Amino acid sequence: MYLLIEQLLNGLQLGVTLFLMSAGLTLVFGIMRVINLAHGSFYMIGAYVAATVAGYTGSFLLGLLAALPVAALVGMLVERLILRRLYRRDHLDQVLATFGLILFFNELTRMIWGRQPLYMNIPDWLSGTIELIPGAPYPLYRLAVIGMGIGVGFFLYLLFARTRLGMQIRAGASNREMVAALGVNIRILYTLVFGLGTLLAGLAGVMAGPILAVEAGMGEGIMILTFVVIVIGGIGSLRGALTAALLVGMVDTLGRAYLSVLFRLFLPAATADGAGASIASMSVYLLMAVVLVWRPRGLFPPPGGVQ
Amino acid sequence: MLPYPNRTRSFLLSGLLLLLLLPPVSSFFGDAYLVSMFSRLLIYALAAASLDLIIGYGGMVSLGHAAFFGIGAYVVGILAWHSYASVPLLTWPLTLEGSESVLIVFPAAVLVSALFAAIIGFFSLRTRGMHFIMITLAFAQMLFFFFVSLEGYGGEDGLSLYARNQLSGVDLGDDTQFYYFCLGFLLLFLYLSQRLVNSRFGQVIQGIRENERRMLALGFPTFRYKLACFVIAGAGAGLAGALIANQSEYVSPGLMHWTRSGEILVMVLLGGLGTLFGPVLGAVVLLLMEEILASFTQYPMVLMGPFLILVVLFARGGLYELLIGRRKPGE
Amino acid sequence: MSCSSVGESRVSEDLLQVACLNKRFGALRASKDITFSVRQGEIHALIGPNGAGKTTLINQLSGELVPDSGTILFDNRDITRLSEHRRARLGLARSFQISSIFDRLTVQQNLALAIQAHQGHSFRFWARADRDPQLAGPTHAALQEIGLEARAGELALSLSHGEKRQLEVGMALAGRPKLLLLDEPMAGMGPGGTAQLSELTRSLKGTLSILLVEHDMDVIFALADRITVLIYGEVIATGTPSEIRANPDVQRAYLGGGE
Repeated sequence: MYLLIEQLLNGLQLGVTLFLMSAGLTLVFGIMRVINLAHGSFYMIGAYVAATVAGYTGSFLLGLLAALPVAALVGMLVERLILRRLYRRDHLDQVLATFGLILFFNELTRMIWGRQPLYMNIPDWLSGTIELIPGAPYPLYRLAVIGMGIGVGFFLYLLFARTRLGMQIRAGASNREMVAALGVNIRILYTLVFGLGTLLAGLAGVMAGPILAVEAGMGEGIMILTFVVIVIGGIGSLRGALTAALLVGMVDTLGRAYLSVLFRLFLPAATADGAGASIASMSVYLLMAVVLVWRPRGLFPPPGGVQ
Repeated sequence: MLPYPNRTRSFLLSGLLLLLLLPPVSSFFGDAYLVSMFSRLLIYALAAASLDLIIGYGGMVSLGHAAFFGIGAYVVGILAWHSYASVPLLTWPLTLEGSESVLIVFPAAVLVSALFAAIIGFFSLRTRGMHFIMITLAFAQMLFFFFVSLEGYGGEDGLSLYARNQLSGVDLGDDTQFYYFCLGFLLLFLYLSQRLVNSRFGQVIQGIRENERRMLALGFPTFRYKLACFVIAGAGAGLAGALIANQSEYVSPGLMHWTRSGEILVMVLLGGLGTLFGPVLGAVVLLLMEEILASFTQYPMVLMGPFLILVVLFARGGLYELLIGRRKPGE
Repeated sequence: MSCSSVGESRVSEDLLQVACLNKRFGALRASKDITFSVRQGEIHALIGPNGAGKTTLINQLSGELVPDSGTILFDNRDITRLSEHRRARLGLARSFQISSIFDRLTVQQNLALAIQAHQGHSFRFWARADRDPQLAGPTHAALQEIGLEARAGELALSLSHGEKRQLEVGMALAGRPKLLLLDEPMAGMGPGGTAQLSELTRSLKGTLSILLVEHDMDVIFALADRITVLIYGEVIATGTPSEIRANPDVQRAYLGGGE
């Protein structure tokens, strides 16, 4: 029972991280119609900057505060220099150019920080555990990640439902020409949306820093999971991204924790463990296949549609 | 009438001649490594040409092509493992023994990868555009993790082969003979693909690339044509995978990692989309560049990444267009 | 008027019978109880102001959209739920409002594909399509029919606007359809092109039925045997050109007032 609660919270934590990653990316896909494979690079950049600054200053918060603008600025720079030229091109060109970006960023981090992974400490004020339910201690830091994700989700909701900028962005998603005709500078809007997306990816990277090893290529695994989330949720839909992120987080975590146990009920232990591990590692992809057979455009396809 | 205009023909013939003469020339200079390296290049060229069928001709941008490459390689690895261990691969419903014979292993590799392509294609081809890219990527990643978790066959570390597959009358363990073996398969695949793209089927595939909606309105059930094309390309990649397993005498999940798919995609675009021979050139040039860059810097990708971006931004037609000129349909 | 003839199938002389067709997009009712028919061999025009739902109707007839309710009979066969490519194989061809051709294939290849579609499956992997006598003959005939022989070897994207429209229609005709859905074939054409295409359409009269969507009233009244008027997704009248001209509803809603 305690184990189950712990696993549910772990699933929630992965879901929240995936939401931070997918919120920005689904907007970039939906609004600019550009496929960006390099989104995971900004996750990596966020983690590296935070780990470095926190390492020098000893302050996690300073690390966080340094990482966010760096991720956003590098993102906006990439948008202005490269992606902007690709908006009207084939998806194939976008895939290749952003693949080139990944190669570049991975190697660049190896040049700057070396091939050894960096480790980041959990700040003192977030270390230790807390008993949510008596007898079930859970790491405070992981709870903070969950809280942060919920906070960001709420902030995005306010941004898109209540502010002028958010409405312009949503209008831009449905009709670029109209928004341009209203006098909104669509190029700056695109750059801002892209920067917001990479900032959120950087934030996800910072939050993951103390939990995972900070190393080159660390953003790729989570990026592919993010794609799965976006495809399941429906490209361009924030609501879909949230739902699918939580779903994928839960399925992946619970699958890894319980599938072997489940299989042991009717298979010999060794076979059950093997099969459980295999299927658990594939579970989110199987989930995606099922969703797509049922709804080829995802759970919440935005009206108008994206191809 | 010759199928190619003179300029194209002379390029292709001189390329072929270079490839045929490579082993004697390199042994003359006493550089045996070149032959082994070029075997690898030819194998990737085959994988790239097979991807060109679906991307360049069919317009289906798949980012999971390495999955079939890896499957082909694993068929070789797993059959060889069972053959050494003398443990049957299956005992029920029928007994299947391991094998190291080319005549059994290679058809098996091609068939199994075609089967996987049929399954993955069946699901992925319901979607198009961005969705298709991400779904093919996700399926390939799923297979990658599947093989990582397959502890019985080495898991993440993969499987080593004790020797290359056997074919009577040929010693595949000899690098030069193996090189010609690979070249033979590459030429065969290119010839078959060339027939394919100019056949009725090939015309349909290109029509779908240009305008699928129109093809439906004309009365073509486009899904089954796309699926057939996807399966053929998957089989081609599986063949390349069977060759790479023999070339390196080693298989691992790394063969189907998504960056491998990306790399094969780069070869296709670098060489020239929808030209079949372009991707061959693209594979050779890309891998040679990697070798050369790696020889004078520890961080080759810092240069390779921006190079790729520049190619995408400014050299859309690839090397084929640069050397031979814009391709016309029907060539 | 209530619509209750749904599902009632009786053998009829008419090639296409549409009964009580409905299609909604959210709050918009793009097709409201549409009922009309196209006779064998006639040119039947579909007119109506912009936004009347003409293309939506064409898309339901061709199979690109599935109606919410209603039936479509073609040759006395219910095709309401049949997929688009099956309808095409039964002899229902269409042209598109915006030229929908294969840009990076040659004119000849464009037509050959249309003919291939008509000849059955194309799972032939070996023989060169461009040397196939079964394709070459009909392709050449189709090129002549639309007067584009001189440009056979050029890429379709290099054609002029008018030539693209001709190719578009030529592709629809190449499969020898029983019914041709022509969605604004004259759109954006100069007077010369319009005349040529009108001539082509007229020459087809009797050999097949045509459902023609067109804005150019001169063309409509010159070519059409019967006209159906669509307004806000509803059929308000069907009749011969002179009946339509005289119809007070049509005059009020469409020809006279409003725009």
